[in-house]
Amino acid sequence: MELKMFILVLGLLVGSLMPLGGAASSPDTGTGHGGSHGNKNPGNGTTYSKKPFPVLSFDYEHVRLPFEISLWVLLASLMKLGFHLIPRVSSIVPESCLLIVVGLLVGGLIKMVGEDPPVLESKIFFFYLLPPIILDAGYFMPIRQFTENLGTILMFAVVGTLWNSFFVGGLLYGVCQLEGHKLAYVDLLSCLLFGSIISAVDPVAVLAVFEEIHINELLHILVFGESLLNDAVTVVLYHLFEEYSSVGSITFMDVFLGIVCFLVVSLGGIVVGAIYGILAAFTSRFTSHTRVIEPLFVFVYSYMAYLSAEVFHLSGIMALIACGAVMRPYVEANISHKSHTTIKYFLKMWSSVSDTLIFIFLGVSTVAGPHQWNWTFVVATVIFCLVARVLGVVGLTFVINKFRIVKLTSKDQFIIAYGGLRGAIAFSLVYLLNPKHFPMRNMFLTAIITVIFFTVFVQGMTIRPLVDLLAVKKKQETKRSINEEIHTQFLDHLLTGIEDICGHYGHHHWKDKLNRFNKKYVKKCLIAGERSKEPQLIAFYHKMEMKQAIELVESGGGAKLPSALPSTVSMQNIQPKKPSQDRALPQLSKAREEEIRKILRTNLQRTRQRLRSYNRHTLIADPYEDGWNEMLLKRKKMKELEKKISQMNNYLTVPAPPPDSPTITRARLASDPQAWGLKSVTESIPTIKVDLASPQSPESVNVVDEFSKKGSQPKEEEGGLTMKVPSPAKQRKDKTPDEEPQQRLMRCLSDPGPAAEEEDEDEPFLP
Amino acid sequence: MGSFQSLPDDHQYRTLSQKTGFSLEQIAILHNRFKQLSQNEETLRRDDLKTIQDLESNPIRYQIIEAFFDRRNFQKDGVGSVEEIGFEEFLTVMSYFRAPAHRITEEQKEEMRRAKLRFLFNMHDTDNDGTITLEEYRHVVEELLSRSGALGRETAKGIADAAMLEVASISVGPMAPDEFYEGITFEQFLKILKGIEIETRMHIRFLNMDTTVLCKQHCV
Repeated sequence: MELKMFILVLGLLVGSLMPLGGAASSPDTGTGHGGSHGNKNPGNGTTYSKKPFPVLSFDYEHVRLPFEISLWVLLASLMKLGFHLIPRVSSIVPESCLLIVVGLLVGGLIKMVGEDPPVLESKIFFFYLLPPIILDAGYFMPIRQFTENLGTILMFAVVGTLWNSFFVGGLLYGVCQLEGHKLAYVDLLSCLLFGSIISAVDPVAVLAVFEEIHINELLHILVFGESLLNDAVTVVLYHLFEEYSSVGSITFMDVFLGIVCFLVVSLGGIVVGAIYGILAAFTSRFTSHTRVIEPLFVFVYSYMAYLSAEVFHLSGIMALIACGAVMRPYVEANISHKSHTTIKYFLKMWSSVSDTLIFIFLGVSTVAGPHQWNWTFVVATVIFCLVARVLGVVGLTFVINKFRIVKLTSKDQFIIAYGGLRGAIAFSLVYLLNPKHFPMRNMFLTAIITVIFFTVFVQGMTIRPLVDLLAVKKKQETKRSINEEIHTQFLDHLLTGIEDICGHYGHHHWKDKLNRFNKKYVKKCLIAGERSKEPQLIAFYHKMEMKQAIELVESGGGAKLPSALPSTVSMQNIQPKKPSQDRALPQLSKAREEEIRKILRTNLQRTRQRLRSYNRHTLIADPYEDGWNEMLLKRKKMKELEKKISQMNNYLTVPAPPPDSPTITRARLASDPQAWGLKSVTESIPTIKVDLASPQSPESVNVVDEFSKKGSQPKEEEGGLTMKVPSPAKQRKDKTPDEEPQQRLMRCLSDPGPAAEEEDEDEPFLP
Repeated sequence: MGSFQSLPDDHQYRTLSQKTGFSLEQIAILHNRFKQLSQNEETLRRDDLKTIQDLESNPIRYQIIEAFFDRRNFQKDGVGSVEEIGFEEFLTVMSYFRAPAHRITEEQKEEMRRAKLRFLFNMHDTDNDGTITLEEYRHVVEELLSRSGALGRETAKGIADAAMLEVASISVGPMAPDEFYEGITFEQFLKILKGIEIETRMHIRFLNMDTTVLCKQHCV
């Protein structure tokens, strides 16, 4: 039902594109309308015939461009929605394929109507569609894995792409020279140019496909890193061959200059990106009063980096990656949590829309673009591309494995070779070629589109079953535990120390030096205030706590706590036992102890709930906002309080056991109203005035009161806590599943206001 | 003085090579370094290691230095620590940082993993009772954060506590409030660090260089 409605809406939308397209291409109506008005006035200076005031008029022309753009974006997004409504298709066919098909359909429809379908103009592609995707990739790049595998990635990107270009270009030239195919007019340089364009692995296509197969991080970063870094090579080769193909020959000098150009292009791009990244980080230091525009700085600085690099014909992609990667650690330390979320969502949104638009336009351009089909050329291209890729990967891996610790297995090699998808960048680059200089441009276009279709459809569709078939390691979804973090840091320092003892200035030594430099100088400049001194472990710990607090709040407190802070073990289990002092007072029996604990706990819980429910409608402070310091202070206060409480009574510890532990079952079994009537209890406890004789005693428990007093400083004072002991005990007699919804209900009523911080301390106070 | 002359003594090197798995060239280079550190004496003392300038800024330098003098690391059932070590012990400790060879079986990999993790465990378990107690773990985290001033101490405690809680819950599961979790045993230590691929991460590249590849690093 939903689907049918959706398709109906879609049909209407696409249908509206046509007549509007028709209206657009016939501007005569529009200008005619305007013209008639204009003609009237100069003709008759003083008198003009009065027309009835136009209540409603149709003037499409002046909103044409933004209207069409919005319509396309809307179409793209609705398409994306649609695919996820059809569950079966989206699990078999990757999204990119479906989008291309849609593009083909739309292009076909437009052509049928007789209009000229719009083509993916290179300018639009390079300036508006590509940057969001690359920025998204660069900003969220896992730096650690990237730098660990940098050597491998560079080898694949630079050497691999060079090999591919020359192999494909050279062999194609050979094929063209063969008799009987009428391709003799394709000269060597054009072939090499074509080879260089088509050999670059495309980041858009790789991202689109790899994102869905959840492959392990190493392979992901290898293929993806390669697709990003080969941009510099592609830029240089493209310009080199394009410049000189009109001349017809290349000298050795040109090749040498080409190599220099490569270094300039790549390093220059990185430097430009880094400069803008530092500027952005520096700016974010001062944004504490204008939090709302923080995301804007991230976006604008990155875009400027891209454009500035393009001014000098440096590698814009590398600039963008460098900018994102450089600014991220500092910006994240400075901006608020909400800005962080905003940046994340905007980047994901833009890159998603861009990605969708690119594939749709690819489909439309296929229908539109001038084609020249030549069987030999196209088939040869496809075959050579595949062969070149496989040979390149195998050969390079052989060399790389000599220097790697974690060797690349043949399964890895297969995935890397198979994941070398081509995409829209290649298409746009060919489109940019001047038909006058390159009479075979249309043939190139056809060949490239065929290769793109082949890689995206065939390879894209089959990679997922192949990954499952070959049992390639998938991405591990496990959260990073604090133990692993501690030991990672410990290992880093240990290895640096051993290197120093060896006298060997290796890998770890330089990394450590860089970190120290970063900490000492850079962080002080770029990070505001106190956060600049925060060591990484503490930052990680805070982040983890915050995540847990958020999770707890979101789940309403009823769900199980995440594994990092287990609810099954509490602080008292691991605290070293205090030396038992001489007890002049008789000891409480275990059962009594449990009951008293239970009483205290229930009351504290209800206290807190009651306190919180006062603030259900008034959100005093967002715990995730800048009140981080206040939160820490409050937590310190709480901790001090707990220390006081635990010191007050030697054998009653306030952190109580969770409800589903064996103690509660014991308590449940033991709780009968008569049990409360033992007077000896009151005498044995030093400071807690608990009158258990009468269940409905209005006397408040001192401990509880003191606690609630301290905790309720910002809130209203609760007067006179009553201990409704038997009722919760009776309710507790029920089985655990009934207990759960009750607790959940109690939690749901509670407001995640400032009291939320009570729940994210190390000791799980509440079950 | 001593049997290690300035000329490499082939026979001794060979036995060492068999024992620790280093190649002859690597042993020669490390021997040069040993002599340099110990000022051409036969044994190395703690003070010799403390003179290394680069170690000054390392937060866990004392633990690293201790590890070299810890008998558990170079004897099968050693206990306690020594005051000075010879080249053989130096090399044995260094061998914990070798990378796994290219083609090794699963058991060898597991064995290597255990050995490396044992080394780490010994670094934490200073009183050699077979478990890492809360106090010892707190000490570890405090040392790691030792260069961040007062801010570090309280949070260090919190972090260590959270970490212990995590280990306890993973290894032991739900515990009654009167049960006491003694500390992290070696098996539990293995379990919680499963996620880190120790055998590949805990290595020094230098020691991994093939003998066929020229060793360009001169120990200055």
